[in-house]
Amino acid sequence: MGQWEGAAGLTTHAPQAAQAVTLPTTLDEAVAALTAMPAAVPVAGGTDLMAAVNSGQLRPAALVGLGRISEIRGWQYQDGHALLGAGLTHARMGRPDFAALIPALAAAARAAGPPHIRNAGTLGGNIASAAPTGDALPVLAALEATLIIAGPGGARREIPVSHLLAGVEMLRAGELIGYVRVPLLHAPQVFLKATGRTGPGRATASVAVVLDPARRGVRCAVGAIAPMPLRPLDAEQWVAGLIDWDNNRAIVPEALNAFGEYVAAACIPDQPPAEDGSVQQLPPAVLHLRRTVAALARRALGRALS
Amino acid sequence: MSNEATTAATAAAAEAAPAPEPLRHGLGSSLPAADARAKTEGTFPYAADLWAEGLLWAAVLRSPHPHARIVSIDTTHAREMPGVRAVVTHEDVPGRPLYGRGTADRPVFASEVVRHHGEPIAAVAADHPDTARMAAAAVIVEYEVLDPVTDPEQAFQAEPLHPDGNLIRHIPLRHGDPEAAGEIVVEGLYRIGRQDPAPIGAEAGLAVPRPDGGVELYLASTDPHADRDALAACYGLEPERVKIVVTGVPGATADREDQGFQLPLGLLALRTGCPVKLTATREESFLGHVHRHPTLLRYRHHADAEGRLVKVEAQILLDAGAYADTSAEALAAAVSFACGPYVVPNAFIEGWAVRTNNPPSGHVRGEGAMQVCAAYEAQMDKLAKRLGLDPAELRLRNVMATGDVLPTGQTVTCPAPVAELLQAVQEHPLPPLPKDTPEEEWLLPGGPEGAGEPGAVRRGVGYGLGMVHMLGAEGADEVSTATVKVQGGVATVLCAAVETGQGFTTLARQIVQDTLGVDEVHVAPVDTDQPPAGAGCRGRHTWVSGGAVERAAKMVRTQLLQPLAHKFGMSTELLQITDGKITSYDGVLSTTVTEAMDGKELWATAQCRPHPTEPLDGAGQGDAFVGLAFCAIRAVVDVDIELGSVRVVELAVAQDVGRVLNPAQLASRIEAGVTQGVGIALTENLRTPRGLIRHPDLTGYALPTALDAPDIQIVKLVEERDVVAPFGAKAVSAVPVVTSPAAIASAVRAATGRAVNRLPIRPQAAVVTGR
Repeated sequence: MGQWEGAAGLTTHAPQAAQAVTLPTTLDEAVAALTAMPAAVPVAGGTDLMAAVNSGQLRPAALVGLGRISEIRGWQYQDGHALLGAGLTHARMGRPDFAALIPALAAAARAAGPPHIRNAGTLGGNIASAAPTGDALPVLAALEATLIIAGPGGARREIPVSHLLAGVEMLRAGELIGYVRVPLLHAPQVFLKATGRTGPGRATASVAVVLDPARRGVRCAVGAIAPMPLRPLDAEQWVAGLIDWDNNRAIVPEALNAFGEYVAAACIPDQPPAEDGSVQQLPPAVLHLRRTVAALARRALGRALS
Repeated sequence: MSNEATTAATAAAAEAAPAPEPLRHGLGSSLPAADARAKTEGTFPYAADLWAEGLLWAAVLRSPHPHARIVSIDTTHAREMPGVRAVVTHEDVPGRPLYGRGTADRPVFASEVVRHHGEPIAAVAADHPDTARMAAAAVIVEYEVLDPVTDPEQAFQAEPLHPDGNLIRHIPLRHGDPEAAGEIVVEGLYRIGRQDPAPIGAEAGLAVPRPDGGVELYLASTDPHADRDALAACYGLEPERVKIVVTGVPGATADREDQGFQLPLGLLALRTGCPVKLTATREESFLGHVHRHPTLLRYRHHADAEGRLVKVEAQILLDAGAYADTSAEALAAAVSFACGPYVVPNAFIEGWAVRTNNPPSGHVRGEGAMQVCAAYEAQMDKLAKRLGLDPAELRLRNVMATGDVLPTGQTVTCPAPVAELLQAVQEHPLPPLPKDTPEEEWLLPGGPEGAGEPGAVRRGVGYGLGMVHMLGAEGADEVSTATVKVQGGVATVLCAAVETGQGFTTLARQIVQDTLGVDEVHVAPVDTDQPPAGAGCRGRHTWVSGGAVERAAKMVRTQLLQPLAHKFGMSTELLQITDGKITSYDGVLSTTVTEAMDGKELWATAQCRPHPTEPLDGAGQGDAFVGLAFCAIRAVVDVDIELGSVRVVELAVAQDVGRVLNPAQLASRIEAGVTQGVGIALTENLRTPRGLIRHPDLTGYALPTALDAPDIQIVKLVEERDVVAPFGAKAVSAVPVVTSPAAIASAVRAATGRAVNRLPIRPQAAVVTGR
């Protein structure tokens, strides 16, 4: 039990908040622990959860630590897909071997905060926290990743990541995100993020662009500007038709520009016209955000095709 | 071939003068700080590390509203919680109910009305920190929420927020001919955000009751005597019965300690008879201590066709927040330096500091001077653009020098090498473009994993000239007392000047090493039993406390040498002390300090008090400042003109330092100050929509990281000694803070062609649209 006893019998936690901590070593043990203690909260890297605990917003009755479950800390291959353990840290995903597999996810992991956060924070935690600024989320949305959810009694079910982020499907009692299934596309992918500074910071907007040469498709997702990543499906389809897939994936520069504008307008639409037909201008800060999204989308597609 | 090369190299080496051996100690050496090792290894005890047997933990209940009437306060539930030992409110303040650094207008605990988000209402002592926090939350306060006044421009018409009224100070400075006009007129409106001093280590302290009914507080105070006096008055005790012991100060760029945090601590210790500890969270720290004044400035510069300034008109509005604190002093600095280090024959500056329901503003280094610097330098850029002149050239045509007159009517008598500073940064070679390195290694705006694209990046070069005053102004009594004691070849300095990271203890050791020739010098810890030395800000300690240490050391020197000089029939001036040895000019006498001491203990106490100043009169005129310091900075920035992200590539600094006393320490002070300025320029703004502090944490409030800090080149330190200052040295920490934001804004202007009239610079203000 990770409590620290002070010299005078004082502890670092109030007696009334004494917590039970379980440290299972397999996914099924973790699910069993969660089922046994419905009030328990699972914790992996703790970069979001512990901040909430420290600020007093959350007082979990018990914790189930996921750090010792080795089966979810790596990845394996499965019929053209990578099965990524939910316990993969951002630091691990940022390394070159991982970047060779899923370059956009590696780029997002490298951009996800300062080193001490990347060393602790996990892929599964990024999904479970579902913060709008979660850097992995637009990449997973663009990759159309699916989640393998572990449930009681060894049950496994698979749901698209976008369903969980949009609240279409929820985690049920005792369930845990076990793995993330990501297609291996063997093509360029780009993740770009705009922040307020040169040092690590939260995204004001981010864009992930992945190419799917087998299906001659472009998939794009915009993060940080809405509660969940946005997919400009029309813009994706439109631009995929303009790429000369057989000739080095060539595209005219004007199309890149137009793609940026298309994505930005789709994600940050104009105000609907009022009854008298007049259209109210967007506030300057929103217009700037739209320009930022347009520039990021144009740059991301440009880099993916170059 | 290779032989020839070797020979040439050897010859060159032989010709070059042998490098002078670096000084080991004394003034001019880079003596490292005595506590550097402990701080690096994490063994240095800070206030948050203190512990006493049987201590209780305190927590403070703060107002969630920026403006509300308090209908009732019910502490019954909190008192009844197990483990709670005391709950105090305004009813429990035994002495004066008000405190405040500049003006005592701030209640210890709010009683009838709360005037800002985070104002203390009650405090609790309990046997566990969580119990204390929960008990504080269990105090039931019934509020009648009032509309907050958060726009300083509305403060003039608004109902008085305080019995003292909403206008804290008004200075209508009039200097010269109001009818004067120039051929060229440029105008501008500028806005400066709210910077938080964000000290390393949030506030923490321990209060221990004394058997005589007094209390001892262990605090990281930067002005222990002023804090003691305020505390004693509020506790209704004589000052002698309240003692403040200064523990390690983690770092301070402002009045680090909020007295509103110290007051409940001692009160709870007095009430419970137990030691009480309070450790603020970062959130409480943001809510509690004072911030830099958000400022609104309107300027009109008149110049002749050659670009020489004819007249400056300005209106300056400082948002003081809910309480006056030191806003009157900040306003004096803002108004006095409103024209910058330029010769301006006619100046009409109107300044106001007003009360709002925003968090209180106060002393953060360079206050007042920093805000106006950003504005007058923007005006200089505007004027240069209008005249088609190089911005540096326009500045050179107007810079002041010793003998020129400030708009306050005070003649600048100290060295003012402004032209020399500007030329030094101008002549420094520009940093090369990263053409020769692989593109992946370029550090673009947005950072190493950012979205920067070389094609959209524009480079800009800009200049900033800034000035600040040193020591308190307008008749403030600046005095410091120091005692120097020598026994057995070891010297000890006792002085109540707090080491806040500015390096005073190192400087004190150097001064004594120089004067007494002893190597081992200790600086005693500070408490309020020592005579006062003033607050650790505005270069005060280098000047007054350093001056006092030097005088005391010289008195000890005389005591030591007098008997020897008498014996050998020569004056003490003919004897010198080096490396613990006393020698006469002719070499006849040679003995050691230890021998000369003969087991005696020698000590002396001395005071230093600089020449007096006078308050500004009704027209903003008067000799208000003891001394001035100047700085020139050239900023080179890269701007991604589509995203509006800015990276400061290099800041070249030339500074008027009077004399370099410790080169390493001086460089670190300048680097730190410049970097604080980078924060003001780009990221640091504590936002308070409708008076509520949003994101009081270091994620929401973005301080510069190592990646944001530019390459800082100190290209010139002008050592023109200020004859009235001890050692001729000037304060060095504040003026880079004042100048670097203006220089960065100027460079962004050059890169984008945009006006950039607001700090911090928002990305949308650095975007170039319609390319």
